[in-house]
Amino acid sequence: MKKTKIIMGMPITVEVLDSIKATEMESVFEYFRKIDRKFSTYKKNSEISRINRGLSKDQWSEETKEVFNLSEQTKLQTGGYFNIENKGIIDPSGLVKGWSIHNASKILLELGYSNFYIEAGGDIEIHGYRNKRLPWDVGIRNPFNVNEIIKVLRLTNRGVATSGSYIRGEHIYNPIKNRTANDVASLTVIATNIYDADRFATAAYAMGQEGINFIEGLKGMEGYMVSYDKLATYTSGFKELIAN
Amino acid sequence: MKKYIIGAAIALIFLIYSIALRSQHTRLILPSSSKAGSGNSSTGSNAVTASKPSKVKYKDGHFVGSVANAYYGNVQVAVDISNGKIKNVNFIQAPSDNPNSSYINQQAKPYLAQEAIQAQSSNVQVITGATFSSEAFIQSLTSALNKAK
Repeated sequence: MKKTKIIMGMPITVEVLDSIKATEMESVFEYFRKIDRKFSTYKKNSEISRINRGLSKDQWSEETKEVFNLSEQTKLQTGGYFNIENKGIIDPSGLVKGWSIHNASKILLELGYSNFYIEAGGDIEIHGYRNKRLPWDVGIRNPFNVNEIIKVLRLTNRGVATSGSYIRGEHIYNPIKNRTANDVASLTVIATNIYDADRFATAAYAMGQEGINFIEGLKGMEGYMVSYDKLATYTSGFKELIAN
Repeated sequence: MKKYIIGAAIALIFLIYSIALRSQHTRLILPSSSKAGSGNSSTGSNAVTASKPSKVKYKDGHFVGSVANAYYGNVQVAVDISNGKIKNVNFIQAPSDNPNSSYINQQAKPYLAQEAIQAQSSNVQVITGATFSSEAFIQSLTSALNKAK
């Protein structure tokens, strides 16, 4: 069973190999809606919006405290490149996306399903197999042509996240500040779960060309970086994940 | 009234967003048939249903939207209105425009390998790629259109 819904302003797809009750499937989407209500910076009454208006710490929910602790930890692990605070505004969406996909996967695992994937806006957590003993095939999208795939990965029990932009920075007129454009078109990170893949992809992308080196240095993680010269740079263990 | 404008803006945004993903140009020219804010959902299969048609006449000019936070950075758009219709939407900021990106270390990369990217068979179950929340677009464009009223 495969289902897609738009939540958090992006398509979320759940595909479960074995037959699954509609109510169980719905509980996964309901979890994302709950997270959106709590962490959306676009919803005036979300907890994160209230925190940005000064909600005192003793009134924060346990989930929010967890997200803040994880963000703090990630900030330290990435030398400050991962930061949910920007100009005094707190926005943890860069962490919440991967974290919520990972938690939603746990819901399906607890319900007894072991062959599935959950994809939200291009970030994926994969469990088990797609067909008997065949792992799932995951394509990496060409950042220069969204209808094209430039790599096929064969994965089981992994998280895959891609950071990047379809708009090249240096072509954009920025009236505020003359910034150096990021010459990385996209950076894909594969980890044992989507929580790690997403947060480290986000931080490594912010490092520019240096990001792939950072991923190389992380245990259990592989990366595929595509530059604007249409060259890909990949980590030492990446080839083992390729389908052919 | 405000609801209708936002509804129409959302429909428009999805069209723009899908065009943006396909054309990869920073400057987006809208089809002349799409009437800004007049809500005649002529946006085809990409459109999200606008709540109801509304008659909004925008002032001509160049209007800059607010900065909205997308997953990997900020999104800010500017809209050009001519004869009360949207002529084009430009991105002023997009997520690759990251202030941290100027950090480049010339350190050796002994374990990394390189290759030219190449199109592959698209026979896969799922695709990873960069996306960001359409809410950032909606927020920035809505604010630009509000200035045009």
